[in-house]
Amino acid sequence: MLQFFQNLGHSTLARFNKLGRASFFLIHALSGFPKVAVRPRLLINQLYSVGVLSFFITTISGLFVGMVLSFQGFHILADFGAEETLGVMVAASLVRELGPVMCALLFAGRAGSALTAEIGLMKATEQLSGMEMMAIDPIHRIIAPRYLAGIIAMPILAILFSCIGVLGGHLVGVSLLGVDNGSFWGQMQAKLDFWDDIFNGVIKSIVFGCAVTWIALFEGYDTLPTSEGVSRATTRTVVNSAFAILGLDFILTTLMFGDH
Amino acid sequence: MQHSSTQDTLVGLFVASGIIGLFFLAMQISNLSSFISDDGYTVNARFQNSGGLKIKSPVSVAGVKIGQVSAIHLGDDYRAIVTIKIKNQYNKLPSDTSASIFTAGLLGEQYINLEPGGMDDYLHDNSEIDITQSAIILEQALGQFLFKKSADK
Repeated sequence: MLQFFQNLGHSTLARFNKLGRASFFLIHALSGFPKVAVRPRLLINQLYSVGVLSFFITTISGLFVGMVLSFQGFHILADFGAEETLGVMVAASLVRELGPVMCALLFAGRAGSALTAEIGLMKATEQLSGMEMMAIDPIHRIIAPRYLAGIIAMPILAILFSCIGVLGGHLVGVSLLGVDNGSFWGQMQAKLDFWDDIFNGVIKSIVFGCAVTWIALFEGYDTLPTSEGVSRATTRTVVNSAFAILGLDFILTTLMFGDH
Repeated sequence: MQHSSTQDTLVGLFVASGIIGLFFLAMQISNLSSFISDDGYTVNARFQNSGGLKIKSPVSVAGVKIGQVSAIHLGDDYRAIVTIKIKNQYNKLPSDTSASIFTAGLLGEQYINLEPGGMDDYLHDNSEIDITQSAIILEQALGQFLFKKSADK
């Protein structure tokens, strides 16, 4: 019995300990942002590996999500004779929820895991310690540009996801199932608001970008410097990111769309 | 970095595509484009009951959308004052135009339909529409119908 409470206490303390280290890590990384501005080359390299390389998985997933959404939505809406609102349904669900959330989940799997593995391996091969020996702050030099790149890339990817998704929905809805082209776009424009819907979606994706990249970088930085440690850290990145995204999404949705 | 310039180009394209995407969302999907032409004139209409009318509900004449509801508030005579913004190109509405709140379809959203009258002078900024017909509340209509039915027996 005593053993149980001891374990519980230990794991609670360990969790808070990790949260505290993660917070200091975040502050340290944020303090490195001005230094990134001096060396934009570091940021561009990271934007390439975090953003450009995630481009295809994001856009292709967006296309298929939009197509499937349109296909399923059409059959349900057709029962009520409301096929014209298909555009609204596809665009609203993509811009408000699916765009930011699905894109963040993909981002965690594609870019987050890569970041964790990269940083973890740097730590395991003592490259980070080597930098410290040369009086280069590894958090400013390695972590800060990656963090900034994640925050910039995530909303861009989410916007592209939504755009391609709507086009995919249009492809299936209008070209395949025969919804009227004019009412597809017209109803969409009448029902969706730029600030309420699209801008809030972009804010969501920025928050997800911050959360996912933070988790990915910290798990990499905090990993046990062994091959097993790196593999576990990578797994934790994907799992914790998914929890963080879905939890944050619920909170943000109630804050943004709760009063409608 | 040996592929520095191609990388720069790709990152540039990536960021540019994001900006274009946001522009596309703003123009094609949301109603931001209809706000750019913000010119128009406003008229007020007093309704006994504004029903489910909302800000941005469409205002139409003969089924053509000519403007939208820009504000709804309660007047001192306990009637709803609905402010309507009409596009400038439709400035030839007679001053005895009547306004009624209709529902698009059985369960659709509510909109204001304007029925042009026959006067020679036109509605202008801040003028008032006198002849109005309130929204039909389905529950009220049903209640009256049932009441009549039971009274007939």
